[in-house]
Amino acid sequence: MGRRVAITGVGMTHQRSARPDVNGQELINEAVRMALDDAGMTRKDIDAVVIGNMDHFEGINYVDTWSVDGSGALMKPIMKLTTGGTTGTTVAMGAYYHVASGLFDRVLAIGWEKNSESDTTGAITTAFDPFWDRPIFAGAVAGLAMEATAYMAATGATEEDAAYVAVRERKHGLNNPYAHLHINMTIDDVMKSPYLSWPVKMGDMCPRTDGACALVFVSEDVADDFPQKPAWILGVADRHLWAYTSDPYMDVKTGKAWFPALEKASAEVFKKVGITDPLEQFDVAELYLPYSFAGLRYIESMGFCDRGGAPELTRAGAFDMGGKCPVNPSGGVMSSNAIGATGLIRVAECTWQIQGRADERQVPDVKLALATGFGGCYWSDVLILGKEKPGKARG
Amino acid sequence: MEPVAIVGVGMTEIRRERKADGYPDLVYEASRAALDDAGMTIDQVDNVVTISNDFFDGRTISSMAIQDACGSYDKNVSTVEGDGTFGAFYGLMRILSGSFGTTLVCAHHKGSESVMPLITNAMFDPIYARSLGIDAVTSSALQARAYMDRFGVTEEQCALVSVKNHGNAFANPVAQLPLELTVEKVMSSPYIADPIKLLDCCPISDGASAVILASEKRAKKITKKPVWVKGVAHCSTSYHLGDRNLYCVCALREASKKAYGMAGIGDPAKDIDLVELYDAFTYMELMWLEGLGFCERGEGGKLTESGKTARGGELPVNASGGCLSGNPVLVAGLNRIIECALQVRGNAGEHQVDGVKTALAHGINGPCGQSHCVWVLGGEK
Repeated sequence: MGRRVAITGVGMTHQRSARPDVNGQELINEAVRMALDDAGMTRKDIDAVVIGNMDHFEGINYVDTWSVDGSGALMKPIMKLTTGGTTGTTVAMGAYYHVASGLFDRVLAIGWEKNSESDTTGAITTAFDPFWDRPIFAGAVAGLAMEATAYMAATGATEEDAAYVAVRERKHGLNNPYAHLHINMTIDDVMKSPYLSWPVKMGDMCPRTDGACALVFVSEDVADDFPQKPAWILGVADRHLWAYTSDPYMDVKTGKAWFPALEKASAEVFKKVGITDPLEQFDVAELYLPYSFAGLRYIESMGFCDRGGAPELTRAGAFDMGGKCPVNPSGGVMSSNAIGATGLIRVAECTWQIQGRADERQVPDVKLALATGFGGCYWSDVLILGKEKPGKARG
Repeated sequence: MEPVAIVGVGMTEIRRERKADGYPDLVYEASRAALDDAGMTIDQVDNVVTISNDFFDGRTISSMAIQDACGSYDKNVSTVEGDGTFGAFYGLMRILSGSFGTTLVCAHHKGSESVMPLITNAMFDPIYARSLGIDAVTSSALQARAYMDRFGVTEEQCALVSVKNHGNAFANPVAQLPLELTVEKVMSSPYIADPIKLLDCCPISDGASAVILASEKRAKKITKKPVWVKGVAHCSTSYHLGDRNLYCVCALREASKKAYGMAGIGDPAKDIDLVELYDAFTYMELMWLEGLGFCERGEGGKLTESGKTARGGELPVNASGGCLSGNPVLVAGLNRIIECALQVRGNAGEHQVDGVKTALAHGINGPCGQSHCVWVLGGEK
């Protein structure tokens, strides 16, 4: 009945705007080799591989079979999981279920993207219904602007409140050698950056990034056999509720249905793990915040504070380094966004934090860490990682 | 592996073009059918695995459009991009993890809205291979030729598979292409890519299907006829065609060895009563039968000539008509599982084979069967 699962190896490429020096398989291989070295393993020790990205960015069909030279899945089981922006966390959850099922002891999870080879906005636009959505809707920015507008109307939050989040994430990113953007921004810089779709400005948005991430998931039966201390998966859950752009229900008057996918997924996993006060209980959070307003709205949806309370709490520094629950010590998605890798990088950063290996960006004494993935049509994946082995497998 | 069972199955009819229906409509039809088959409501489904491919659907995040249709609202849900046999495998693991008691697995495909040569060309290396114009058909032709040259298998032996499977399709109302053929008719059909002729190829198809898997505890409450998963495994070989001996079946051998080990199958030819395998082209049925260990290498043609693989033979292969009689890609592997489940339950209707206790379903991913997934299903735990 379900085994406990830990992460024992981490690998990722330095996230960059373009990696013309490598092809996709080579990019993947950099992360895979680093993860295997970290776990003191070779390719031969891996029982199965789970991989994910977004097809239309690189234009490669059947990425699982294509990847074999880079992923090391030759004569092994390999499976592709893909759910849009949530792909990286979906891959992590996939690797979790592979190991928890009892069928595999050592599973390699890989997320990657080479956005420099893609028309990112063009590809994202095709996610939406060809008749109803596409003619009025382009890419990710417009949908996020819709959300930001609703949030501002409901709470009275300002563009400056959001800019604080963008500044925080970039400041944190300065401590992370793997981050793509290393820029010291001020609120004024964000406010003066050009509008992409009001109220979202260039400074509020994530970049497009080339990068890969690989993690080694292992079962409780072998978790002590590795050089690094295991980071345990305490619980996972997801909700992918909506199919159309017109589905998001954002009642600005009542604030009802704030971000139901994130609310439901986090509520499920918080209950499993016994989280009643996330702000107090989590030591660190790596959240998929694709743009600045997400840093406000999403933490309210997860219950870090009341609705409308995020701007004040954020400006008070609760989520800064040294704050009550530092958010995105890595610099987060606003510093690097190789989309298929991004969710997995959140899990990787939580692992490093729990293992005490996050160098300049280390939060002291991390016991409990939260990772999320965002994507699709306001979809959410949520994972909780911990330093202590859980009492039982909790899914 | 703890016992997990198939408790509900649903398939749409496979047709050349389901013009009036978008793919979410097909998914709804199949999921609804699977729930009805199991006598379940959507509330009793604990989680969902959808199977789709952004290229075939012409949409990024192709699973987004079917969240309503498959009933995943407010459930844990994930998406496998690959053949249905792989998606069902993930659905199985999610139950084995202890997190869920039931999984609905659904797959869809609208070949009528796809441009197959372009989409399957995108499987190949963008710099070295794509510009050759290679696609699923032409790469398979290379494999067929390599296989036939190595083992002396003839085009006539391949043609027999077409005659058999299209003939079987007459008894299966779901099948798209029942045809009354002879070896001569197949042999005189035009070459698409030598040695593959028109009647060696699967058709382009629209369709969807769904399977509901359940833990032992839940399965016993849901149905009196659970079909148990006895063994399942998958394996991939190399990517570049030039890195492979195309006649080799090493990945299939590895996957079947593992699945047989789990299922306690010593001699597949004796222990397995029926096979549903991925016959996108006629030669594949022969090659995969060899890879699965039903005969020696190179003997697949003779096995077929002997009549053993006919619906009335000792080892019926693709009694449903197989992919040759309808090939909604991705759905195709899930349909192989469903056909096996129906046979084990004794619910296969006109194409029912007597006494099927243990059945084998098989699916492939990637060019020329680069990756294989093998399922062994049975009526007994």
